[in-house]
Amino acid sequence: MSNSTKTNAYLPEGLPSPMPSRDGLDTVYWQGLEENKLMIQRCNGCQNWQWGPEWICHACHSFDLGWAEVKGEGVIYSWERAWHPVHPALQEHGPYIVVLVELPEAGNIRMVGNLLGDPEQDIVIGSPVTVVFEHHPDAKVPFTLAQWQLNTPS
Amino acid sequence: MTDRTLRGKVAVVGLGETTYYKRGGSDDPEFVLALKAILAACEDAGISPRDIDGFSSFSNDRSDPSRLSAALGMRELKFANMQWGGGGGGGSGAVANAAAAIATGVADCVVVFRALAQGQFARFGQGSKSSGVSGDGAYTVPYGMMSPAQMFAMRCTRHLHETGVTRDTYKAISLATYEHAQNNPRAVMQGRPLTPDKYDEARWIVEPYQLFDCCMENDGAAAMVLVSAEKAKDMKQAPAYLLGATAGSEYRNAAPSHNAPLYATSSFTSLAPRLYEMAGVGPQDVDVLQSYENFTGGVVMSIIEHGFCSHEEANDFISYDNLLAATGKLPLNTSGGNLAECYMHGLELIVEAVRQIRGESPNQVANAKVSMVTSGPMVTPVSNCIFGSQETL
Repeated sequence: MSNSTKTNAYLPEGLPSPMPSRDGLDTVYWQGLEENKLMIQRCNGCQNWQWGPEWICHACHSFDLGWAEVKGEGVIYSWERAWHPVHPALQEHGPYIVVLVELPEAGNIRMVGNLLGDPEQDIVIGSPVTVVFEHHPDAKVPFTLAQWQLNTPS
Repeated sequence: MTDRTLRGKVAVVGLGETTYYKRGGSDDPEFVLALKAILAACEDAGISPRDIDGFSSFSNDRSDPSRLSAALGMRELKFANMQWGGGGGGGSGAVANAAAAIATGVADCVVVFRALAQGQFARFGQGSKSSGVSGDGAYTVPYGMMSPAQMFAMRCTRHLHETGVTRDTYKAISLATYEHAQNNPRAVMQGRPLTPDKYDEARWIVEPYQLFDCCMENDGAAAMVLVSAEKAKDMKQAPAYLLGATAGSEYRNAAPSHNAPLYATSSFTSLAPRLYEMAGVGPQDVDVLQSYENFTGGVVMSIIEHGFCSHEEANDFISYDNLLAATGKLPLNTSGGNLAECYMHGLELIVEAVRQIRGESPNQVANAKVSMVTSGPMVTPVSNCIFGSQETL
């Protein structure tokens, strides 16, 4: 598989930057994104996939949780197009699309991201999408977001 | 275990509301708003504020019960309760908690209240201004999913997709609610009627919500006095008896990053059967419904999950005519609610449910005996309650 990466951000700079949780719960996830890897929490005991991460497996109550790299292939489970700016950084930006992506390769967990491309495009639930690693190297504390693009752009 | 119920044990005997203002419009600080609503509720009940011995609220209300107790010179504080959870999901839960305290002898006279001065404090409808975000917020906020509207639109899109329910139901709810507000002198939107064209032409906030699908943001306070049913018999107002109340949500509703297994719900699927069981009534017995509208789409789901219609029937059933107090099969939000009366975090809806039992609504449903509230769709925990008149006991 060929991981796509980009450094031109989908949304304007100035939104709150993601930071790894201080208790270390999701450090592996954020480090993985920086290395173009999508890491999802998985129970070492019962193999249950879990997202977002938690300290205990909700299926078997094991504290022995690991991380597994997935390919980053999903389908659009739901979407929304935001028009009203709720943050100063979005004031002059115009609409943008947020998608909820289901990952059949990881027990159908869902992840929130943006759908890259035309913000006014039609969106079809069920469309296959692939992850794109969006790097923010110039941020005060650099970070990477997991974005999504249609396998067959409309 | 038939005694393990709240049915008929507690009644609402006093209602108080401040003037309702546009957000930032109150000259009174939030604590003063709370005090004024509590005093008004006591006056309505015909009691002294010193007779109160407990407080119950929700959504991290900032008016601390011990400070209230000291300020009001209450003889003793026996119950100081906060229903966990943000948003308006705790409204009916706060009533349930107060009622449970009274029914079990923990306290005798509990005030449920909520006060908001969004001018004095932060607004709900804006994103965080902090430079960084960690924890569950880090999985959504950097993607521009920051406000309540943006958090819940995602659920509603999925609901429309799964069920074939259309946005015409959203429009019907908004229009009926605004229509009810026109008869309500307390309503912030009285004198500003909504027409179908005005609804259609309003800007998108976040698809699938347009402007008039979204609640207002307001300043004000509301309060209600609860006592035992026995005590209520001899008091000034006709009691509105609590027939049932529940709070909570479904299996793993709060799974982070929108991973609730039952995603396209308003979180009520497990509560609704428990509410009806406790209250001893079904949806066919409900005369009038106050259903919390953060966003109209959540009301649609609440109506369906409480069994008033099925997903298949929703497009026909949730119509403007059907939701009006005068003509409807399911009179809805008869004071104007969060959309058009005041966003008092849904406590104004519970006050209105009691007014319907008293026969004092600005849009009175003839002979209303069973009056229901659903609080805070799509959050967790949500809650709901049913009030009944004397003859329902």
